[in-house]
Amino acid sequence: MIKNEICTVVSQEQIADSIFELTLKGELVSEMSQPGRFVHVKVTAGAEPLLRRPISVANINPSESQFTMIYRAEGRGTQLLAEKKPGDGVDILGPLGNGFPVEEAEAGDTALLVGGGIGIPPLYELAKQLTAKGIKIIAVLGFQSASAAFYEKEFAQLGETYVATIDGSLGTKGFVTNVLTSRSILADVLYACGPIPMLKALETSHKGQKAFLSLEKRMGCGIGACFACVCHTAEDPEGHSYKKVCSDGPVFRAGEVIL
Amino acid sequence: MSMLQVELPGLSLKNPVMPASGCFGFGREYSQFYDLNRLGAIMIKATTPEPRFGNPTPRVAETPAGMLNAIGLQNPGLKKVLGEELTWLEQFETPIIANVAGSTETDYIEVAREISKAPNVHALELNISCPNVKTGGIAFGTVPEMAKELTMKVKAVSQVPVYVKLSPNVTNIVEVAKAVEAGGADGLTMINTLLGMRLDLKTGKPILANKTGGLSGPSIKPVATRMIHDVSQQVSIPIIGMGGVQSAEDVIEFFYAGASAVAVGTANFVDPLVCPNIIDRLPALLTELGFGHISECMGRSWKANEKLTYNRA
Repeated sequence: MIKNEICTVVSQEQIADSIFELTLKGELVSEMSQPGRFVHVKVTAGAEPLLRRPISVANINPSESQFTMIYRAEGRGTQLLAEKKPGDGVDILGPLGNGFPVEEAEAGDTALLVGGGIGIPPLYELAKQLTAKGIKIIAVLGFQSASAAFYEKEFAQLGETYVATIDGSLGTKGFVTNVLTSRSILADVLYACGPIPMLKALETSHKGQKAFLSLEKRMGCGIGACFACVCHTAEDPEGHSYKKVCSDGPVFRAGEVIL
Repeated sequence: MSMLQVELPGLSLKNPVMPASGCFGFGREYSQFYDLNRLGAIMIKATTPEPRFGNPTPRVAETPAGMLNAIGLQNPGLKKVLGEELTWLEQFETPIIANVAGSTETDYIEVAREISKAPNVHALELNISCPNVKTGGIAFGTVPEMAKELTMKVKAVSQVPVYVKLSPNVTNIVEVAKAVEAGGADGLTMINTLLGMRLDLKTGKPILANKTGGLSGPSIKPVATRMIHDVSQQVSIPIIGMGGVQSAEDVIEFFYAGASAVAVGTANFVDPLVCPNIIDRLPALLTELGFGHISECMGRSWKANEKLTYNRA
């Protein structure tokens, strides 16, 4: 069930260039279980900025009623969020959307997790849940540079982890796709979240394989009412059938929607 | 009688608060949050004869205290709205106001004729003010004579009262209001969004794929207030006011301006519970302000002026 609650800041820490890790406490954590879902955050009361910000859930801690978001403080809204201190309240609507299907991998399988930049956070909760089920994970994480990199150690604790940076300051120089082509990684299922060009490349390279992609789009309501974040479906690419990223997604089976 | 009960053509409203068209879909999403019977009415998403996908994305961009949208009248088409959405809404007692849109006069007439037969549709909202479609929409709402003619034709086929949704993107909104009143409109809804644009700092290009979009949210409230104030003194049909309403105080302000009911749009995206919250707050606010019934607030802005003139004389 979707809840609206003023959650309390437990901790907030800058973990890389413009990247913040924010842990909140609230009863709505009891509604969170599937990885890859998101919450809609009102960063301030009042009309400026007006709209909520969709931010993915990076870590769920049900026993403490806490969850963690990792976000980039880029625009005015997320910069205001970055100023929140422990004890402050944050207006959260969620959890929203449909996340990564953990059930698509079975114990003994290998899952490939590919994330680009701020697309990486939801893969962390996914990695935790997959490894807990006895699934081997291989993570390939892409960043701009070493100073923008985060959570590579946390992923490495859960499984084999490779990093790519565009400037080559950490790991392989280039994109996550450079890592994938240089090493032939075999996996039973692919889960990915990141920029559209990355998702398109993965959709092509993993054609016919079991793959799930998480999309990002400018959203309004976050619950499926406003039709801001629609995309065409693959079976009717020019027609009027559609999926909403906020409520049908953000995670789709590769090939289901037009990226 | 309840302090909030309002009687309008075709609409017996237990309270004067309703979600605005395009901001509430067909109600399904918001029914997860509260009982839709709490609402005075529901203005459903614009319906066209055939299904429409709408515009490419990005379709929304945030602005200071507001947002731009260019959805482009995405809807499942008349047949599905009648067969699936309106039938689903029949589980609620709340009267439905069906927003009628199209590209041509024939489109409007067809949708109006059919959708007005649905048992829970108590009124139509004739959308001659959508700024986000290339044909139809706003084209009918900016030329008074065209607006009047379309109103007459829709009135001739509609089984229920017709409210005409006015565009603020005109030089003289009073003229358009008077024209549609002369065309037989039973009421007005105003205002639709203001045409706007936002450019990307890095690329210099518009953020919206449609380039332009309709501005909504608290930033347009003063424009809506002024227009309702001006129009309500010049017509004798009721106005359902909209444009940036997010609180019970805003509802009262629109009543002061001359509205007889109020619709809430963009605020639903920020707070899914905004409509029931406003409805809950209104009786206490009216009491605080010394009113026994909400209708006592209606037109206070200009009625007070009349009294002042009288006193001086």
